[in-house]
Amino acid sequence: MSYETVIGLEVHAQLLTATKIFCACSTRFGAAPNENSCPVCLGQPGALPVLNKKVVDYAIRAGLAIGCTIAKKSIFARKNYFYPDLPKGYQISQYELPICTGGAISITVNGEKKTIRLTRIHMEEDAGKLLHEHPTTRSKEASWVDLNRAGVPLIEIVSEPDLRSAEEAVAYLKTLRSILMYLDICDGNMEEGSLRCDANISLKPSGAEKLGTKVEIKNMNSFRHIEKAIAYEVQRQEEALQEGGKIVQETRLWNPEKEVTVPMRSKEEAHDYRYFPDPDLLPLLIEDSWVTAMHQHLPELPTAKRDRFISEHQLSPVDAETLTSSRDLANYYEACVKVYPDAKKVSNWILTELLRELNNSGRSIKQCPIKPERLAGLLQLIDQGTISGKIAKTVFLEMYKTGEPADKIVSRQGLTQVSDTGALEKMIETIIAANPKETERYRAGNEKLIAFFVGQVMKETQGKANPQLINEILRKKLKP
Amino acid sequence: MTLHSLTLHEIHEKLRKREVSSVELTQAVLKQIAKTEDKIHAFITLTEELALAQAKQADDLIQKNKGASPNNFAPLTGIPIALKDIFLMKGTRTTCGSRILSNYVAPYTATSVDNLLKDHAVIIGKLNMDEFAMGSSNETSHFGICHNPWDLKRIPGGSSGGSAAAVAAGDCFGATGTDTGGSIRLPAAFCNLVGIKPTYGRVSRYGVIAFASSLDQVGPLAKDVTDCAILLKALAGHDPRDSTSLNLPVPDYTASLTKDVRGMTIGIPKEYFVEGLDPEIEKAVRTAIDHYQKLGAKIIKVSLPHTTCAVPTYYILAPAEASSNLARYDGIRYGFRHPEARTLLELYTKSRTEGFGPEVKRRIMLGTYVLSAGYYDAYYLKAQKARTLIRNDFEEAFKQCDLLLTPVAPTAAWKIGEKTDDPLKMYLSDIFTINVNLAGLPAMSLPCGFTKGGLGESPLGEPPLPIGMQLIGNHFKEETIFRAAFAYEQANEWHQRRPAL
Ligand SMILES: [Zn+2]
Repeated sequence: MSYETVIGLEVHAQLLTATKIFCACSTRFGAAPNENSCPVCLGQPGALPVLNKKVVDYAIRAGLAIGCTIAKKSIFARKNYFYPDLPKGYQISQYELPICTGGAISITVNGEKKTIRLTRIHMEEDAGKLLHEHPTTRSKEASWVDLNRAGVPLIEIVSEPDLRSAEEAVAYLKTLRSILMYLDICDGNMEEGSLRCDANISLKPSGAEKLGTKVEIKNMNSFRHIEKAIAYEVQRQEEALQEGGKIVQETRLWNPEKEVTVPMRSKEEAHDYRYFPDPDLLPLLIEDSWVTAMHQHLPELPTAKRDRFISEHQLSPVDAETLTSSRDLANYYEACVKVYPDAKKVSNWILTELLRELNNSGRSIKQCPIKPERLAGLLQLIDQGTISGKIAKTVFLEMYKTGEPADKIVSRQGLTQVSDTGALEKMIETIIAANPKETERYRAGNEKLIAFFVGQVMKETQGKANPQLINEILRKKLKP
Repeated sequence: MTLHSLTLHEIHEKLRKREVSSVELTQAVLKQIAKTEDKIHAFITLTEELALAQAKQADDLIQKNKGASPNNFAPLTGIPIALKDIFLMKGTRTTCGSRILSNYVAPYTATSVDNLLKDHAVIIGKLNMDEFAMGSSNETSHFGICHNPWDLKRIPGGSSGGSAAAVAAGDCFGATGTDTGGSIRLPAAFCNLVGIKPTYGRVSRYGVIAFASSLDQVGPLAKDVTDCAILLKALAGHDPRDSTSLNLPVPDYTASLTKDVRGMTIGIPKEYFVEGLDPEIEKAVRTAIDHYQKLGAKIIKVSLPHTTCAVPTYYILAPAEASSNLARYDGIRYGFRHPEARTLLELYTKSRTEGFGPEVKRRIMLGTYVLSAGYYDAYYLKAQKARTLIRNDFEEAFKQCDLLLTPVAPTAAWKIGEKTDDPLKMYLSDIFTINVNLAGLPAMSLPCGFTKGGLGESPLGEPPLPIGMQLIGNHFKEETIFRAAFAYEQANEWHQRRPAL
């Protein structure tokens, strides 16, 4: 029997607010354990939560960008369970009435467009972290609790089970990540846990209506892990079903070393979270004016930008896609085009030279040592004939190393094209005289040999000669 | 008359006239505590040193004021006050009457306590209470039973029993309490005091250990209406750290203390005068009603048809919230941790099993049950609906009247141990107070008489016991309550009686 894979994703995105969701503590990453804490986020007796309005701003922004309906009234609920990193014994989350519902994200896989529907987006607080090794003494005799993360604001973005493969899941996640980063509400840093993902995976006989038993894989934080974990899980389930086995509804964890998923909790321990409205927080009422204000601050989103690059700049869909994959890269490109309007050339340079160097040096576009205006300046030098395209690549590398403007490097290193006709004519005469065989063959009709002579001139001038001029003189001098 | 039997406002006058210093006053109440504490056990922690230091500071302040405006200090300045041990005060042990917090030292101060400290009140100690404010008799305290100063064989009422006992015994001139289902009003009635549960949101709950968040409200217990007004004025106010706090200015409650109730309509809900109400209580309350009529108030009959839903509704909602609010006491970060736990699950179960007393465990289990999947709709959701009906009842009633007048409790203070074996019987003692918490309304308990007392087992016979009546106001209408209470108090002398100790 053949099976169809059904995947739904729950993505937790950490919001880029300066303070936590229910108190004024900092959300800064990398502070000493429990440095960012106060009675509220430590769950001290008598402490009460106060909602950070910025978190609501960000959740609305995300909802609007994804086409969700923003609820006029949403409610914070308590999700009750015991765990040492959960200071209050409950997590404040949204349950029955979340802030955003509906919406959709369109993804492209293998050139094919597909729409993934969203169920909801809700706000919640993060839990703390357990350290099983003491941060300074390295002792492993006990476990320690670090509550810096406790109360850090998250939005949980829940998709409908519209995804059909690991590939689609990754494409969805990449698109979602880029949207959140465009909105400036999440830094998308998966290593630091700013974006984490749970996947619900089930298999059903092809064409069947009814969904199969689902398995949840929790807490994955890299595209590679997600892709591998889903692929593994799909295969595991398929093999089990083919052998006539049954899938147990359970939560599993991805083990990246062994590249397998392993069961985390069994059904017997399934939690009853006893959700109920948090009586310490009033219902969140959102007036239309709030939504309108958020709408006005919405930036151009990746899809819109990509379409504009294709239509206005005549870029290929693939190039436009890559350039809009991150907001910073798109901004960089646009800043270049502002100074140097040949979009095709700019995009070529960015997509080949610049991205290669950034990749090699492990930098992000934000850390790029070449300012956009300076890259544009380099392209202008080529157009003006000051340097050749080939020299430009050398100049580019030097710019990347030093951050200096192109013209400064060109003049310091004496890279200006040799366009002195007299000097070139003399040099070419000497080269012709020194290569009689090639001259003869050229004159006999082997025109391809022109490249050989050009190469000789370039070698002599260390590539600084104006190629057009060389061509002109060579053809004249080589005439039979 | 001895210093400790005076009222707060009388003491304020003495401080103004420099007839007494705050240090002298503090020493006087400390002496009274030393004399009575063995019998009453109103305190869990005494903050003697702190109190004397605060008194010294208050005296300095009063002395400094001697020049230009000699009387320009707050009515609470230099006056010994005590706090129910549910209020956090930085650096002071705060137990909430529980073993699980028996070693807990507060790392910050509750907003309401901060408000008292801003007025330079002197904090004399932390008062005994039912564990996590769960109880009507003060018998569930981990630190032992508190005794009623009017009859040491009897309970002072709960859960703010320590607060009531201490004020009645002259151990302080006012105390803070919390009221989730009647926990200020019941002990006030049993100890011949004035106690008010203000409108929900009027006083900040920040730094007050939560029992049932949607019902808990902070309020004062005092010897008379004036003292109560002074204390509430100091405690109340908007607090940005409490999302449920009211963003409304606090009226000067002492300004509403006129004797005038003419033109006021007082509603008498018929559901509050039914079988089970002790005849002596009924008589005292009815006499008070007549008295209001004589003072010029219009008395009308009203109905609150969903009154009987209140107890079951309360005993679903309050435990539900409590089960969640008390989850943080897990032995991980603070409080009692069982020394012999070897695994995480053992740490939780042993710490909580031995840290909590039976009443608290009973309510946690009840709350966990009513919130669990499959039962939520049948219990919690239904109770929320009943709560709305109860609220609507009051809304209807307040279309016809300014205040409601009811008894506070069906009986006077009962004997220690009398109801401890039967939780349901105990729960019924709050039958007249719980509705108000469900509706979020302000309500006051004030003295309106005494039982006759009688022969009893004791060679001296059973002493007469205080009887309280309840004035319930509409939302934010504390001023109306104060006005009516003051008018009654001015024409009666019940509040002037002090227990013989
Ligand atoms: Zn905090």
